[in-house]
Amino acid sequence: MIKHEQIETNLGLMLVLTLLAISIGGLVEIVPLFFIKDTVEKVEGVRPYTALEQRGRDIYIREGCFLCHSQMIRPFRDEQMRYGHYSLAAESQYDHPFQWGSKRTGPDLARVGKKYSNEWHVQHLMAPRSMVPESVMPNYPWLMTPLDTSDVADRMAALRITGVPYSVDQAELDKNTKEFGAEVAKQLHIPDAQKNLVAQAQAGNYDGNPNDVTEMDALVAYLQVLGTMVDFSKYDNDRFVQYR
Amino acid sequence: MASVGVASAGQYNYDVVRKFTILALIWGAVGMLVGVIIASELAWPVINMDLPWITFGRLRPVHTGAVIFGFGGCALFATSYYVVQRTCGVRLLSDGMASFTFWGYQLCIVLAALGDVLGFSQGREYAEMEWPTDLLIAVVWVTYAIVFIGTVFKRKQPHIYVANWFYMAFILAVALLHIFNNLAVPVSLTKSYPVFSGAQDAMVQWWYGHNAVGFFLTAAFLGMMYYFVPKQAGRPIYSYRLSIVHFWALIFMYMWAGPHHLHWTALPDWVSTMGATFSIMLLMPSWGGMINGIMTMSGAWDKLRTDPILRFLIVSLSFYGMSTFEGPMMSLKDVNALSHYTDWTVGHVHSGALGFVAMLTFGSLYHLVPKLWDTGKMYSTKLITVHFWLATIGTLLYITAMWISGIMQGLMWRAYDDFGNLQYSFAETVAAMHPYFAMRALGGVFFLTGMVLMVYNVFMTIGQAKSAPASGNLAANAA
Repeated sequence: MIKHEQIETNLGLMLVLTLLAISIGGLVEIVPLFFIKDTVEKVEGVRPYTALEQRGRDIYIREGCFLCHSQMIRPFRDEQMRYGHYSLAAESQYDHPFQWGSKRTGPDLARVGKKYSNEWHVQHLMAPRSMVPESVMPNYPWLMTPLDTSDVADRMAALRITGVPYSVDQAELDKNTKEFGAEVAKQLHIPDAQKNLVAQAQAGNYDGNPNDVTEMDALVAYLQVLGTMVDFSKYDNDRFVQYR
Repeated sequence: MASVGVASAGQYNYDVVRKFTILALIWGAVGMLVGVIIASELAWPVINMDLPWITFGRLRPVHTGAVIFGFGGCALFATSYYVVQRTCGVRLLSDGMASFTFWGYQLCIVLAALGDVLGFSQGREYAEMEWPTDLLIAVVWVTYAIVFIGTVFKRKQPHIYVANWFYMAFILAVALLHIFNNLAVPVSLTKSYPVFSGAQDAMVQWWYGHNAVGFFLTAAFLGMMYYFVPKQAGRPIYSYRLSIVHFWALIFMYMWAGPHHLHWTALPDWVSTMGATFSIMLLMPSWGGMINGIMTMSGAWDKLRTDPILRFLIVSLSFYGMSTFEGPMMSLKDVNALSHYTDWTVGHVHSGALGFVAMLTFGSLYHLVPKLWDTGKMYSTKLITVHFWLATIGTLLYITAMWISGIMQGLMWRAYDDFGNLQYSFAETVAAMHPYFAMRALGGVFFLTGMVLMVYNVFMTIGQAKSAPASGNLAANAA
């Protein structure tokens, strides 16, 4: 039987045993998540963000929105009534990083998309208390500044390296067309990123001004897509329980 | 404990310890001030003044970064460099490398804070720094590991003292966590995307996040406890056997506990159940440390009446015991269903961070400062007593406010009216928080005031050292 004296008088042994002790937990809990298929269920409709939405997501991260807003609805009756169907792993499979959050100083945003009008979002982001008197959210007037669109292709290229299926050539575009449909696939094509971004901002007119592409356009476009990709009416009520 | 025949004080490198001690105090005051500001912003949002740089979302990482990595980190550098030299009986491996860790680490903290206010964020809690800062941190940390482990390697004592076990586990674990959690693909100097996504990313992040608590804020501070509590009490550690058992159990189990931050989410249930199981078991090694620290006082309890430094240390262990009971309880899925996403979690963190980590640091640094500047004692013992009461009242105000608001909000979210509809809109639950947000900010003001008193007390002590004849000794140390 080894005595602890032998460990605490031998630096090498102590370091090796310490490394062993601190490695096991992470290995057992993290590694299988990449290999067990059911970790992320297969669901129709979930797609990578468009160029404009992704830029909106970057702003969401820049402003630290996740520190007060979660994006993870739990499978409880009250959360179902307040926010909608509980969140699926598939719905954040293209989220680098995940933004599930850990605190709800404000409400969950996982399914905020399409619940309010663009005008409501703009007014609320500019002056939250003008819409919700009890709110403690800061005003975000600087979102009305022009959006820097110059590096959006670089950003999507970096995300492509992490595994998000943005396309760079015809073969990848065809593959996306098959998987997501032609309309979506076009939006995921990196060479057209900047053009697509401007087109979506002008067509969507998220900030109320069709001529400029502002940070507000991007952020509202992102908020409006949150939780809207999966059509839950297509699935049985308890369809996703098996993946929990 | 492993006491060493003290030759001249000049045999040790106290210079780097002094620098880290001063910076710990400065970052502490800055970080707590920012804490008071963001707490006030939640109570009175007008304080945001429509300025992007000081909104809650950008300042919150400045607060956590400055108190955890600035205040806590510098205190750990200072005490670990001090303890490893004293308990091994040798000077640090390399003065140059130690100095590099000081300047490098300060640069990291400044860069992190600047990045936060400018909005260069990875969007990962407690790891907001973008990749260039992360790389610099990695270099500094590896240097730290070399200095610390190298110093242990050339020790004159055959045994490695228990405090150093904890410090080494902390250094190794933080390196591991930092590297894997920050794997990212850069876009530019100020923007990158993490390689993981969704559920896997959540697991990696909370493996990191929880063990930032487990190793940075717990294991390392237990190392601090294992030196400064017996020193200040003038008693040996209560149980050698307990220290062995709880050390290995603690560092093994902590690494499993991360998924309790993700109960009821889209993370598979098997992982979250595993996290809860280990979190509950973690109560044992946590209390092992608390018992070992508190029982070290046996035979010396009367000193609590006269020694405010010892009072800091013992109250910190009491808070440690309380929050490591609360933690496993909150990791139960049914409790977590109520507590998660609410202020209860915030209160829990602060009972550990203010009550345990900060109070232990205050006590240890009050012990250390007179030794480092060779003044015999602090400038004012009375101010230490005042600081003790300000810190205790501040912590209690804070955690009580968060208990009330957290549990209340959790219950309001799930309340139904007679017709089975939700009783409260979300906005109504926010309005109900207001008095407790104000109370929390007040608790923060108490705690910050105590911190400022400490800074004053330490600087007056240092001033005495310079004017005292003993300053010749100081010059010898620096040489």
